Amino acid sequence: MARTDVQLMLDVKAGDEQSFELLLRKYRAPLVNFLYRMVRDPGVAEELAQEVFLRVYRARKEYAPSAKFTTWMFRIATNLALNSVRDNRHRQMEISMDQSVAMGDEDQPAMQVPDDAPSIEQEMVARTRAEMILKAVHALPEKQRAAVLLHKYQELDYDEIARILECSESALKSLLFRAYETLRAELAPLVNSVRV
Amino acid sequence: MSGTQKCSGMENKLVAYLDGRAKPAERRAVEAHLAMCAECRVRAEEFRALWNAMEDLPVLSPSPAFDASLRARIAAEPVRRGFWEWLPSPRLAFAVTALVVMSVWLSSMPRIASNRTRVEAKVEAKVVQMAAEADYRMIRDLPVLENYDVLSKFDALSELPNSPASVTQEPAEQVQ
Ligand SMILES: [Zn+2]
Repeated sequence: MARTDVQLMLDVKAGDEQSFELLLRKYRAPLVNFLYRMVRDPGVAEELAQEVFLRVYRARKEYAPSAKFTTWMFRIATNLALNSVRDNRHRQMEISMDQSVAMGDEDQPAMQVPDDAPSIEQEMVARTRAEMILKAVHALPEKQRAAVLLHKYQELDYDEIARILECSESALKSLLFRAYETLRAELAPLVNSVRV
Repeated sequence: MSGTQKCSGMENKLVAYLDGRAKPAERRAVEAHLAMCAECRVRAEEFRALWNAMEDLPVLSPSPAFDASLRARIAAEPVRRGFWEWLPSPRLAFAVTALVVMSVWLSSMPRIASNRTRVEAKVEAKVVQMAAEADYRMIRDLPVLENYDVLSKFDALSELPNSPASVTQEPAEQVQ
């Protein structure tokens, strides 16, 4: 029978490196995707995901199962992501200020979304849709964004998300309501086309 | 967002209703409201459509180097950490440095009569306050520590120069 995350973590605490490998394999992809959607930079997302695992590993000796493993892990991830977003916003502000000074162009966006592979038309449409969604999610205030990602994509329980974001369950539900209201307006074309 | 007063009760119920996790009483309340509010019926329908559309986000695969790189970072973890590495935030490191510098400066200050005690007390109070604030911020910024018994990991904090130790203890206790 498969061991639970808490059991795996207790085994890691007892010195079993193999259990850490299992946790890594299980949560590597969800973490990278959560962080990518938080920070929107794949490189930064990987870096932060590694940092999460590193912190889990470092804390193994003191681990006590007082919360679900996912609550703990996503709490570390959320805080790292929020810090990174805040740091990055400062950097972007500096860059865009430098740019506007250098080029006298204030309409220039501070940073472009990396546009990697060229693709066929159909793929383009899908990419545009995905990019629209990602953009809209990313435009949400940070806490709303984290709440939506944890609710919609990680499907964590309300009490878990509330603990991660340090708010009450009722406040979390209102937060989600407001976030989805914004997304509904921002993504109106998608929402309507799906509705037909 | 709708300004309708009667809909305000939906704000903390509708999402849980739609994702199927509402409690029975909440579910009944939402159903009663939906039966009489066209606006919320549209909203509910569009929330569902939105969630559907949101499924289309591409899923990123971690790069092949992810595991190797993580293992390298774990292997590089120091077994025994130096003093400065125990300080989890630059602000705390700064406060400790300031504390040491200030106390050296204070002890080397010429003892000039009347003003001395007042100046010294003032500076000392300032330093104590700074250290306490830095300590508090450090704990607030490190939520990993909360509830997970990880605090013991920072035993080394008690090794800090101990002039304002009694002040810096308090915020740490509040966190637990
Ligand atoms: Zn209504």
